[in-house]
Amino acid sequence: MGMNMTEKILARHAGIPSVEPGQLITCKLDMVLANDITAPPAIKEFEKVGRPVFDRTKIALVPDHFTPNKDMKTAALTKSVRDFAKQQRIVNYFEVGHDAGIEHVILPEKGLVGPGMLTIGADSHTCTYGAVNGFATGVGTTDLAVGMATGEAWFKVPAAIKVELTGRKPKNINGKDVILTLIGMIGVDGALYQSLEFAGDGVAELSMADRFTIANMAIEAGGKNGIFPFDAQTKAYVEGRVQAPYEPVAPDADAQYARTVTIDLAALTPVVAFPHLPGNTKRVADIGRIDIQQVVIGSCTNGRLEDLAIAAAILKGHKVHPDVRCIVIPGSQQVYLEALAAGYLKTFVEAGAAVSTPTCGPCMGGHMGILTAGERCVSTTNRNFRGRMGHVDSEVYLAGPHVAAASAILGRIAVPEEVE
Amino acid sequence: MEVKGKVWRYGDNIDTDVIIPARYLNSFDPAELASHCMVDIDETFAQKVQPGDLMVGGKNFGCGSSREHAPIAIKASGVPVVIAASFARIFYRNGINIGLPLLEIGDAVEKINAGDVLQVDTTAGIIKNLTTGDTFKAHPLPGFVQDIARAGGLIHYIKEKGSL
Ligand code: SF4
Repeated sequence: MGMNMTEKILARHAGIPSVEPGQLITCKLDMVLANDITAPPAIKEFEKVGRPVFDRTKIALVPDHFTPNKDMKTAALTKSVRDFAKQQRIVNYFEVGHDAGIEHVILPEKGLVGPGMLTIGADSHTCTYGAVNGFATGVGTTDLAVGMATGEAWFKVPAAIKVELTGRKPKNINGKDVILTLIGMIGVDGALYQSLEFAGDGVAELSMADRFTIANMAIEAGGKNGIFPFDAQTKAYVEGRVQAPYEPVAPDADAQYARTVTIDLAALTPVVAFPHLPGNTKRVADIGRIDIQQVVIGSCTNGRLEDLAIAAAILKGHKVHPDVRCIVIPGSQQVYLEALAAGYLKTFVEAGAAVSTPTCGPCMGGHMGILTAGERCVSTTNRNFRGRMGHVDSEVYLAGPHVAAASAILGRIAVPEEVE
Repeated sequence: MEVKGKVWRYGDNIDTDVIIPARYLNSFDPAELASHCMVDIDETFAQKVQPGDLMVGGKNFGCGSSREHAPIAIKASGVPVVIAASFARIFYRNGINIGLPLLEIGDAVEKINAGDVLQVDTTAGIIKNLTTGDTFKAHPLPGFVQDIARAGGLIHYIKEKGSL
């Protein structure tokens, strides 16, 4: 019986010829990731196991959530990660400034994750790396601790949903519209315990940035992972970037899927997910007037250069609406530099946006733009749960950088075509 | 393990930001986390929960972030087992890994109300609703995941066995 992409990677890393859904297996890990929130408790658990890390080159520690540290408690947490990295001589520790950024932006950017590789991360959006044809999934701190000590993790092989992408993508549509539409179709638990395998002619229509955005939000449909096939674009992205040996996977012709969901890219229109679930997807054209007070452009979902390029093209020559605070956060130092060189940051500042150093910032209510009661924010982040960005009576509307930028100018949720 | 307790009942899609909001993630001390557990949807929980009380939710319980702080906050509140229609995947494995039993019973969860008293055999997955007289059977834990649960969590398991 044929295998899909997820099954092939899992089988290979379990050292067995084939796997099937429901099977429990133990896999070898290519990369193990934690951040400033999840590493400290993982380090404590790791110490209970009582041995050194399995491979100091296969662990990535990224202080990005509460950094640059927002208070003394978080400074102490980050220091414990820094000390651990020094003590274990972890190669991939990314200090604030330097060449750092948001974990899921920098790991692919630096080629630490690649095709056919298996990554666990103590962060639910670790599934982002499916964009480069890897298997990557979020785990908790205990799995992480054991992963750092043994280089292994246990998995239940998920059944797969095939997401067939067809048609040509219209110009004003990007990855966020695709994934919010998909979650709206199947629901926030539509892929519970399952993998999302993207397929079809439409894949070639999506840039790598689109694919990162889409794979990033597989978890928002309850998915264990989301994975894209390896094609010319993937090859161009990973070549020269990924140093470790890698072997892409393709699904067998007779691969098994629990079901197939089809999305016609040509039929998509800009969408927004209403509070308080990422699956409350509505077409911007259908929503009527919704005034907003804040816009956030950034995060591991949409903090890449392409996202900033889309926003800058719309904001250029315009002003952020007087009633709106627009916060732009490049996802990494490299994105920051490239956006600087391309003139995007100048465009943002001239438009009246606040431009931040790379950080998760307000995405999960850490700092840099927390909402109070009654405030509404259009955000390019991935979650709009109650209280996610601050007060329980604030509201987050998820959208792509195009809708976010247009909304910042007009002071209400809008599409770029509405900007004069 | 056999436990008996009163039910705190919550709905569908209880996310980890609700179980323990990010603003409290500047600590991973279990008691401190427990003191903020569920505050954004139920301010009374952290104040009034008694050791041995049970938590019951709907579909997709624990969705969202991978923060193990969430099951830890529940466990440190004295809740010995969580029952739901279904659990989000990462929350489920985190529960197993830290030794917090999670029982999945599908739509039968509709027959459990706030304040009901349940008697639960967490190993066999048998739930008796002493208030209504109903009995439910949870899906059993698969294979060696049972051994992880029996060892009291993944760290204990690794220390006992040396590897996975
Ligand atoms: S940007 Fe947001 S979703 Fe991404 S890792 Fe940071 S907090 Fe998590």
